[in-house]
Amino acid sequence: MVLSSADKSNVKGVFAKIGGHAEEYGAETLERMFATYPQTKTYFPHFDLGKGSAQVKGHGKKVAAALVEAANHVDDIAGALSKLSDLHAQKLRVDPVNFKLLGQCFLAVVASHNPALLTPEVHASLDKFLCAVGTVLTAKYR
Amino acid sequence: MVHWSAEEKQLISSVWGKVNVEECGAEALARLLIVYPWTQRFFDNFGNLSSPTAIIGNPKVRAHGKKVLTSFGEAIKNLENLKATYSKLSELHCDKLHVDPENFRLLGDILIIVLAAHFG
Repeated sequence: MVLSSADKSNVKGVFAKIGGHAEEYGAETLERMFATYPQTKTYFPHFDLGKGSAQVKGHGKKVAAALVEAANHVDDIAGALSKLSDLHAQKLRVDPVNFKLLGQCFLAVVASHNPALLTPEVHASLDKFLCAVGTVLTAKYR
Repeated sequence: MVHWSAEEKQLISSVWGKVNVEECGAEALARLLIVYPWTQRFFDNFGNLSSPTAIIGNPKVRAHGKKVLTSFGEAIKNLENLKATYSKLSELHCDKLHVDPENFRLLGDILIIVLAAHFG
């Protein structure tokens, strides 16, 4: 799957609009993911996953930062996330199916906070982008 | 089969009560066809699906979206008896329409996004 120049432009636009809220969105994405898809909690036995958890907030911030980084380097997501890709392959080994779940939750968060921003075209571009990120992070798995 | 707690059923019904079935249905189906264009394979006879604008304005898409969401409403009224409620539709989708079940998940995901956009 290839990101067209329209896709890239849409993605950059979304992250520009989200701006400083990215960290907050990251945390909310994780909260929603743990609530909606409880199997994702299995990767965080060492976390307090209760409401308002500082660990979840902190981790959400990291996840959001990675998405922002990918968006800022949308022409070379693989390059931008290379270290994260190594990490996921060698250490974390999160099953690939979970990246779709995270992506879906991120979309829901963006939609709930910025309904006007997520037109069908932007929705499609952002979904493609999130798929691309997932693909990069699982690229070195085998 | 899935089991819903009383709280879950309450939440589902209360959200559904606010849904404009015609608008949400049209939007959900349009977005499905736009975001996951391969789903258009089931709708060869719908006419012009050549661009997001065409899809959104397509009257067959709107009508079918309404049909689908109306059916969801029926399901919500019969959560304890979903299998029976959807028995004929299930046969239809399998034997006549040949829809890969993965597509139901995709539509569900899209519907969540539409609801998130409308209700936060």
